[in-house]
Parts: sequence; structure tokens; C-alpha cells
Amino acid sequence: MFPIVHARQLSDSVFELGVQAPAIAAKAKAGQFLMLRIAEGGERIPLTFSDWSAKEGWIRFIFMRVGKTTHHLSHLCVGDSLADVVGPLGVPTHVEGIGRAVVVGGGVGAAVAYPVARAMCDAGAEVTVIVGARNADLLILEDEFRALPLKELIITTDDGSAGRKDLVTAPLKELCEARAVDHAMAIGPVIMMKFCAATTREFGVPTVVSLNPIMVDGTGMCGACRCTVGGETKFGCVDGPDFDGHQVDFEELMNRQRVYNDLEREADADYSRKCSCHQ
Amino acid sequence: MPPVDETAADRPRRKPSRAPRTPMPERSAIERARDFDEVTLGYTEEMARAEAERCLQCKVPTCIEGCPVNIDIKSFIGHMIEGDYTNAVSVLKERNALPAVCGRVCPQEEQCESRCVLAKKGESVAIGRLERWLGDFDLTCELEHRCIPQVGPDSGKRVAIVGSGPAGLACAGELRRFGHAVTIFESLHATGGVLTYGIPEFRLPKHIVQAEVGLLEEMGVEIRCDMVIGATYTLDELMTAEGYDAVFVGNGAGLPVFMNIPGENLNGVYSANEFLTRVNLMRAYEFPKADTPVMRGRKVAVVGGGNVAMDSARTAKRLGAEEVFLVYRRTADEMPARKEEVHHAREEGVEFKMLCSPEAILGSDGWVTGMTATRMELGEPDASGRRAPVCVMDSEFVIDCDTVIMAIGTRANPLLTQTTPDLEVSNRGYVVVDENGATSKPGVFAGGDIVTGSATVILAMGAGKRAARSIDEWLAGAAG
Repeated sequence: MFPIVHARQLSDSVFELGVQAPAIAAKAKAGQFLMLRIAEGGERIPLTFSDWSAKEGWIRFIFMRVGKTTHHLSHLCVGDSLADVVGPLGVPTHVEGIGRAVVVGGGVGAAVAYPVARAMCDAGAEVTVIVGARNADLLILEDEFRALPLKELIITTDDGSAGRKDLVTAPLKELCEARAVDHAMAIGPVIMMKFCAATTREFGVPTVVSLNPIMVDGTGMCGACRCTVGGETKFGCVDGPDFDGHQVDFEELMNRQRVYNDLEREADADYSRKCSCHQ
Repeated sequence: MPPVDETAADRPRRKPSRAPRTPMPERSAIERARDFDEVTLGYTEEMARAEAERCLQCKVPTCIEGCPVNIDIKSFIGHMIEGDYTNAVSVLKERNALPAVCGRVCPQEEQCESRCVLAKKGESVAIGRLERWLGDFDLTCELEHRCIPQVGPDSGKRVAIVGSGPAGLACAGELRRFGHAVTIFESLHATGGVLTYGIPEFRLPKHIVQAEVGLLEEMGVEIRCDMVIGATYTLDELMTAEGYDAVFVGNGAGLPVFMNIPGENLNGVYSANEFLTRVNLMRAYEFPKADTPVMRGRKVAVVGGGNVAMDSARTAKRLGAEEVFLVYRRTADEMPARKEEVHHAREEGVEFKMLCSPEAILGSDGWVTGMTATRMELGEPDASGRRAPVCVMDSEFVIDCDTVIMAIGTRANPLLTQTTPDLEVSNRGYVVVDENGATSKPGVFAGGDIVTGSATVILAMGAGKRAARSIDEWLAGAAG
């Protein structure tokens, strides 16, 4: 069992949990993920690390409440525990020797952008971060980003309730036009990553995206996470989750992510009916 | 020569039996194809005794050499004839820690039973069914009456085992007999490896697997789930920071293979691994009571001709498919699946489309709508000795389906080998070992599918046991 040692709500539907998992915390690197299962009968879901402490032996992750499992997770508190946490999985994000970088975090993707930006800063890169959200309420980790030695933090919201009223691709394009970046990394909804990659492509700025396909085991066994990169089938869990954004077939990924939408709604409705304690 | 039980050797030679082989009771195809309960029901005690009585107790038993772990078959059946089940179980467990599992899933017809003298003129003794009956008998006993093999005196040595599948479990049991401390590291949340995620409940109930694994824990085997070696710890860390004296690698050939044909990433295409893992390990057939979903196809095409293909087809049927097609490029005679599985699949209404090779998966709006395939004919024998399928010109046709399951094999999982640079692997990623299961890395041994590629449960167990003996010798040498 993995005891929960930290829990906080970041916005209406976004939460952060921390669990004691010393063996995983000792190894975790930016861009890697974990698989968790809340309890017997639960599903296994992948979540990327948002933070960890090798010294104190904990790991944290941030998630949006979208289905039954994340709904259940959002109800857990310090003192509860998770049945299973496995990791660190996936290839760590490449952060060494990348010069001037821009890291784009959209929505809950900011949770992954944060440790990536931090690792890039630690590796000596000059890092600009663009954080985008639909509105100010959904903006997460602003204080954490401000505490990093960034060149600049750019905030965009769809409605202008915080930072610029823009999509993340607008400042990204400006940075590319100004030849101010040598490397881009985008983490967020697939559609955002697709447009970020499209934006940087015309300027020839190498762009890495962190994909979030459906997984079952997370160790290469099932192939649920397969995606097409440069015309080849890759497994998100063992070959990724980071891939060359200019090579990824985003349309296919978006299609594959909706396989279980109907069933997930059914499961969540079932859970919501049973769980009336938080209403 | 395997050891022969003295009392069994002294028994008078028996007259050839004229009694027919005792049939295995099983549920009707109509009934069983709707649920996940076990298909075969197992012998009653009377049936088991009657079947044991058929054994000739040959002076020189040939069945034993057909067994990959050399179970003293003559002796255990001899004890059964006398009604001494306790000793029968203990003879069985001398060689095989998982009799209730192996009694169900071993291809006995190609192994021990094919060497039975009775098979020359009629039907062999149903050795596998007797093994299963004894394994189940042991599991129904109170714990204190179960046969738990004797553990050797503490050697002071610690061995780490990677993977709790058949190879790792067999290796663990054997190492405990030698007195070594054993920890199994399992990447999933449940033990058993392919016995748990791969083989369906209706063929191998999970409570049987868990009960037999539980007996290994009674022998002092420690099992740590949620541990991915190559990620949580590297193999080197097991031997340094974690202080293990030796390691056995039995992590299996877990990566699914696809055909690389158009449309394979459409929604509705599964690897057999994913499909079976969702249903078996994650119990998706109980959705939404269990949280993991699985698509319940109406018309399902399964590609392949092995046991995994049969398991997938029969699972799809149980999930409510109206039609399940088994698409295989050779004929039923060349199928690697066990005859019994093929027979059960046919009985349950799986439609066999033989001599068909998939060309492309068709889709609309991102979802599978069908599959195009080409008709094949058999040509000259290939390297495997089987007649190679050859395309029939202009024979392409469409199979109407909404789900496709690829059951065409697996390959080596790279997580462990990639993080262990000094572990020699073949060009296909399998771990290279000598005849004793020793790898290129001192103190590291390997066996099972990670060495051989996809094979059977019992071959993996045999490899695990052989490696355990090598590990024991190596530890003795390393101590001196």
C-alpha cells in the first residue's frame, strides 16, 4: 500500500496528490510517469510526475477529474492510501545541452511542464515557459513557475481573465519569429500539442511533445498506447512518452483516446450514483 | 534416469487395461460460452481412481521422459491406485510446484501422454487430468494438511527473481528447497505472469493460480508486486544496493507483435495481450463493477492459430459477440494450438477461416468496419517443416467485423535488457544463456520466454528449475 501524504485542490476539477514511494522517488526524472491503481477492482491509469523528493521519499502527480478513477482519486485525503503505484516509467525528457528552450504547458499539462522546465533550468538551459488555461480559475502552479529561474513566464487564458487573452500558440509563434528559442517542448491536450508543433514547424524549431495515450500495464505489454510517429508504430509507454512533435500523427492519437468515452461515462455515472458522501 | 520410487518398482506388473480413457466432464458449449466459469469440471474421486487403474505401472516407464520437469508419473499414479493421495501429491510436488495449474494447461498429449505405452494401441492414461485432480485435492485440504515441500536449511544466500510467471515460480520453489532466501519482483499488481494476465479464467481459474502461488509463500518465498526491474530497480542495483547474491530473470516475452498492415491502429484493433489483460487481469467482463472497460465486439476477427488466438476467440464469444472468426493463413492441421482448445473453440461456435491472410483493416470514422484478406494455399514445407502458405492470385475478399484481435505472437520486453548493458541478448532481444541457464553476466541466470521466445508454461517451469540448480551450484562456488 502507498500512503497518501499530500493532497490539495488546485482548481475546481484539478487536484494534486502525493504518495510515499521511496524506491520510485529515488529514480524519478522529469517527463516520466507512474501507473496507479486505487484499490482492488480499480483500473490502472498512467499519470506523469509533477514533483518528487528522493530525500523525503515522496512523489506527486496532478490530475483532472474526468472519469470514475480520477473522480475517486479526488475524494482521497492524507491518511488514505493507494493499492498500487508503479514507476518510474517511460524515457525521461531530454533536458541536457538544449540552449534556449520554450516549454508550453496547456491546462493540466502545466503539471508536467513544471518539472520539465525545472530540469532544463538545472541543466543550464535558458527557459521560457508558456502556461495556458481556459480561464484564471483553471490556471495551475503559477507560484511554482515563478519560483524557477526562468527567462520569462508567459500566461495566456482563452478569456483574458489572467495574463494575455490568447492561445499558447500566439506567444510561441512570436518567440519563433524572434529566433529566441532553439528547442520547444509542448505538454497538454492533443489538439494544443498538434497546433504547437504546427507553429514551430515552419521555423524549423525542434519540438518534443509528451503524449498521453491510453495504457493498461504501462510496461510495453499491451500495446494499447501505440501511436504513429514518422510513419512507424511506437509504444507510448516504453518508446515515449516524449516524441518528435513534427512526426506524430495527432489525428490518430485523438481518435484512439476516445475509444472508451462512452464506457467511461457509464462507469463515472455509476460511481457518482453510489458515492453521495461528497455531494 | 529420474529416481524411481522403490515401492512402485516392486509392484507387480499390471495387465494391459481394456477400459477406455475416462472422459473429462465438461459443461455444455451452449452453457459455458456465456460465462467465464471453468469449462472442464475435473474428475471425481471415482473417475480419478478408475483412470489411475488404467496405468500399467510399466517396469521402465517411458512417460517420465516426456515430461519437461521429469515428474515421477509412475510413482504418483501408483500411490493413487492405492488411494494414498497424500503421497501421490508429494511425489508430484517433488518436481512441480504448480500441479493444479499444469494439470490444466500443459500440452500433455505432446509430452508425457504421447510416450504412454497405452497410446501405441489406444488411448494413453490421462496423466494431465490425474495431475489436475491431485493438485485440486491438495488445494481443497486445510492448509496444515497441504503438501508444502520441505525447505532446506538456511544457506545465508539471497536470490532475486524477476517475474512471477511460470519460470520464476518454479525457480523460486526449487531455490527454497536448497535453503536460499528468495524474493520475487513482479511488475504487475498481481502474481502469476501469463497464468494471470494471459490464460482466461474459464481455462485456468485465477483462484487456483493464487492458491498455488500462496503455497510458495508458505515455503518462505517473498513476493514484491509493483516492481519493474529495469525501472524501479536496475538488475545491477539488485546485486549491489539490494544485496542479492544471484538473480534469475524470468520476465517473459511480453511485447505484442502486430502485422504492420494498414488500419492496425484503428479503434477496435487489439493485441491479444491487451484484450486478454483487460479481461483476465483487470476483469473487464465485470465492468462496470470492475473499472476497466473492454470493447464488446459484435463481429470479431481473431488473427492467429495458437492457444492465445483460441483464448481470444473464446473470450470474445463470452463477451457476447454474435460471430467470432478465427483467421489463420495455414490449415487447422498446422495450427500450433492444442487440439483440445481448437475442439472447444469450434464447439462454442468460433468460425474457422483457414488459409486466409489479412491484408488490411478497413475503417470508417476511425473505427474498424472490416478486414480484407487473401486466400492462401499450401506450398512446399518451410523451415518449420510445415507447408508454407502461398497467396492465391486475385482472391482478396472482405470479412465483415467491428473488432480485430492480433494473436500472432510476442517479442522480448526491452525494459530490463536495455538497462543492463553487459547482459548479452540475441539480435531479437532475447537473453542468451548456456545449457545451465547462465547468462553472460556472472551471477545472473535466465529462463522461460525471455530466453526461448513464446513457449509453454511447463517449458518455462523446466527452465526455471534447471536455472535454480545452476544458481545453487554457483552460490556454493561463489562462497568458496
